[in-house]
Amino acid sequence: MTETPTPLWEVFIRPRNGLSHKHVGSVHAADAELALQAARDVYTRRGEGTSIWVVPSAAITASDPDAAAEFFEPTADKIYRHPTFYEIPEEVGHM
Amino acid sequence: MYSQGLIGADGRTEESPEFLEAFQRRIDAEEKIEPKDPMPAGYRRTLVRQIGQHAHSEIVGMLPEGNWITRAPTLKRKAALLAKVQDEGGHGLYLYAAAETLGVSREEMTEELLAGKAKYSSIFNYPTLSWADIGAIGWLVDGAAIMNQIPLCRCSYGPYSRAMIRICKEESFHQRQGYEIMLTLCRGTPEQKAMAQDALNRWWWPSLMMFGPHDKDSAHTEQSMKWKIKRFTNDQLRQKFIDATVPQAEFLGLTIPDPELRWNPDKNDGRGGYDHGPIDWDEFWRVVKGHGRMNRDRLAARRKAHDEGAWVREAALAHARKRKARAMAAE
Repeated sequence: MTETPTPLWEVFIRPRNGLSHKHVGSVHAADAELALQAARDVYTRRGEGTSIWVVPSAAITASDPDAAAEFFEPTADKIYRHPTFYEIPEEVGHM
Repeated sequence: MYSQGLIGADGRTEESPEFLEAFQRRIDAEEKIEPKDPMPAGYRRTLVRQIGQHAHSEIVGMLPEGNWITRAPTLKRKAALLAKVQDEGGHGLYLYAAAETLGVSREEMTEELLAGKAKYSSIFNYPTLSWADIGAIGWLVDGAAIMNQIPLCRCSYGPYSRAMIRICKEESFHQRQGYEIMLTLCRGTPEQKAMAQDALNRWWWPSLMMFGPHDKDSAHTEQSMKWKIKRFTNDQLRQKFIDATVPQAEFLGLTIPDPELRWNPDKNDGRGGYDHGPIDWDEFWRVVKGHGRMNRDRLAARRKAHDEGAWVREAALAHARKRKARAMAAE
């Protein structure tokens, strides 16, 4: 007998206030409440966080790694977006 | 425990030479491979097998120690052992999640384990006969696991490497609590010290076997090293473990049960190391093939837990469906 798979959730944890939530892994759980409890038990046994988000894995839309070259291509040749592109005389000081 | 994960691994792969070369260039440049990246089928298969077996080892590894939770000698030891066993369960879950990124489901992996098709580390097919075994397991078995797992933190597959970093951070407590148990016994009565020696006698050789067969008999090591799934060979890791552990046994005043163990100043490129006696590989293969003392018990315990937990999983899903339906009706 093959069981109904228990849904997968992605887990994000804020280590402490002032930092953003960061992806730490995933858990299986029947619903959001159980996913939060499982995430707490699995990923915060040693005070790793003060806040947890769980997101159904199926709800995430990801960019295609095979198309990464074209997708991110527009950033590569726009060096004028970086501060070092501009020449400021040394006498002006730190800017 | 975990180079045993390569036993029977099938690294064969049928991609074009150009594809394989491009993949190898990424590996050689120390780039991490992420779940949706193109990868050779053999790389994926090897990892599914290794990570799956690693996860199963963590889950089955809860059993020999769980055996002593209710009989721990003090409340402090009981709390520590509970926390350790809970960690092993957590490690199993990180690892199942890492394997799932490769396209295999946790349900499939669990079914393979329960059907006796998937392996787990041979070490967990030995019984825990006395409290001293809990000390010996923490000290030796977790010590050997750490030796194996630290290089896995640099494994080329991103999700596995990240899981290993979390696991290694947590394992260090496991080994220290084990050594502390041994130390307490060795400083106790002669009977307690004898218990510690007996545990070392029984766990020493199985711990050395955890690193897997000798390099010359380990067919899959070469490909796994090339793909940077593995960073050191079985014999290299085993030697590191022996060299690190012998002085720890001396400090305890215990004798390693190997009459051929000798310091050899020429070993390890002149840095010195220990020569050791032959490992009983017949015993190793017997245990791997399912004929260890506890193989049947371990699988029976996992099956029982899985079957008796089925109603919980079903009820949780039914409850989630009901709540969803109610929420939709209310909208």
